[in-house]
Amino acid sequence: MSVEFSPGLILIAGAVLVPLFPGAWRSAYLLLLPVLSFAYLAVLPYGEYGQVLVFDYLLTTVRVDKLSFVFGVVFHLAVFLSVLYALHERDNVQHVAGLMYAGSAIGGVFAGDLITLFIYWELTAISSVFLIWARRTERAYRAGLRYVMIQVTSGLLLLAGVVLRVRETGDIAFDFLGLSDLATSLIFVAFGIKCAFPLLHNWLQDAYPEATVAGTVFLSAFTTKLAVYALARGFPGTDMLVWIGATMTAFPIFYAVIENDLRRVLAYSLNNQLGFMVVGIGIGTEMALNGTAAHAFTHIIYKALLFMSMGAVLYRTGTINGSDLGGLYKSMPYTTAFCIVGAASISAFPLFSGFVSKSLIMTAAADESYVLAWWVLLFASAGVFHHSGIKIPFFAFFARDSGIRCREAPGNMLLAMAAAAFLCVALGIYPEPLYRLLPFPVDYAPYTPTHVITQLQLLLFSALAFALLKRTGIYPPELRATNLDSDWVYRRLPLIVWSTVLLPVAHRIDRCQQWLLSRATSAAVTVPEIRGASLLALFVVLLLFSLLVTGFWQLARP
Amino acid sequence: MENEKKYWLDQPHNVDKIFWGLVGICALLAVFDVFYPKHVDFFWEDWIAFYGVYGFVSCVGLVLLAKQMRKLVKRDPDYYER
Repeated sequence: MSVEFSPGLILIAGAVLVPLFPGAWRSAYLLLLPVLSFAYLAVLPYGEYGQVLVFDYLLTTVRVDKLSFVFGVVFHLAVFLSVLYALHERDNVQHVAGLMYAGSAIGGVFAGDLITLFIYWELTAISSVFLIWARRTERAYRAGLRYVMIQVTSGLLLLAGVVLRVRETGDIAFDFLGLSDLATSLIFVAFGIKCAFPLLHNWLQDAYPEATVAGTVFLSAFTTKLAVYALARGFPGTDMLVWIGATMTAFPIFYAVIENDLRRVLAYSLNNQLGFMVVGIGIGTEMALNGTAAHAFTHIIYKALLFMSMGAVLYRTGTINGSDLGGLYKSMPYTTAFCIVGAASISAFPLFSGFVSKSLIMTAAADESYVLAWWVLLFASAGVFHHSGIKIPFFAFFARDSGIRCREAPGNMLLAMAAAAFLCVALGIYPEPLYRLLPFPVDYAPYTPTHVITQLQLLLFSALAFALLKRTGIYPPELRATNLDSDWVYRRLPLIVWSTVLLPVAHRIDRCQQWLLSRATSAAVTVPEIRGASLLALFVVLLLFSLLVTGFWQLARP
Repeated sequence: MENEKKYWLDQPHNVDKIFWGLVGICALLAVFDVFYPKHVDFFWEDWIAFYGVYGFVSCVGLVLLAKQMRKLVKRDPDYYER
């Protein structure tokens, strides 16, 4: 038995004490926690620690190796930046939930076995939902409920997969799993839900924009990247992931173009960026996996920066709809500048961080002759510039003058954005420290004339397309609307089925019963009303039931 | 807002300048393709201004398709609250 514990536990345990600190002491304490945790991680040599015997299973609660270390480092950067961004917030719920959530994600990354992973997996779900509920609106409450149900479902599938795997192989180690049987398929789907695979994605766009200003910044970093890490650990080289990832890069950008809520636009572009990482995992070569880790690293920072800038706009103006905003560069010049840095980074402009990471994945796709995937990724690269690189800063800070005049973002928000922007530029100009952190040796030079010129061509011609469509009035205006996505299947379809099929049938049964009962006792009987939440509960029960059936089916096999 | 400072971008002719500046840079980038040795993986990358044309066509296609998609998926803002 070793005494080392997971760095995530420092944040989780530390979070509990946050409410005890008054005023400035609390700020200092909040900032100190991620620093402490990171310092502890930094002195922990590569290896496996924290082995605990639970029943017959030896859990490895901490495994530090190159892959977990790079994710651990960027998670610490993210939690520090998010805490700094949230410092002005008086609501302790958000501080506690944010730290616990980040701690759980860090714990998950360093989990050396599947049972430890499952525990942290569920902890991220349960702690993060408070960042949504802390908005304290009816919409946020409902979105949070949907979010936590889907997250818990993912955990449930993971548990089912782990139980089956342990039964079949007796092995709880969290190493390469590969898609080989029902157990690993269940684990794959569990990872896929958290990674927002196509059709399993919509919890992300549903819930993230409903969270608090600081909550969305926390959320953007951890859940989905924990899933990317888990996929990179368990399923590298799974060919199916190339196609899943390519689909993820392409289809969310169509939604991003017509979406009005700018934080939801960012949620769609988050989904698109995850696609690049998933493609890298699917290709599975050293270059590709390096690309995935590097892209997760840079992405966490620039995505947080973009969510921070939009959060600042929401905080100061009270709205985040593209249709209501515009001209804010006059009131919030610093936020505008930081947002543009984030936009340039996500678009992979030369000298910004996305440029040095995304190209690793593109090159790996070309090297392994994934021609169709390469075309799709290139399309998505142009598209991401279009909706994240231009649309976000354009509609918030430029476009027409909305007449809104407000104050610049608070000092702590500006400081967090400045730090994130600095990292975006620093990694873009000098990627070597990032490359040294990657799981495999890097033999790649991002700044070649071909790469710089072709990328500039792609981006500036995309900008030209935007400008031309805008000037000719072809570009679709920002409209207040709800755009149907796959969440319709669980938010509306059950109600439609209920009102058009089940209810008439129920009424008929009801009438028959009443008729029968009136014959017997002459009493009136009514069918209880079932709506929304109850239907979702029913869904979960059905899901559990189907799991049970598959479980028994597996047990019954010789 | 009457006495507010006038910003450079408030003048429509300055926005025009940015647009034509962008057109100029794009033209230069396209022409530049001829003057340096490209290192490419696929033969089509060697075509002059391949990346530019692909980016332009992608974005126009993206917007036009997304616009059509609105007909299918757009609902009232309170669709799920009703």
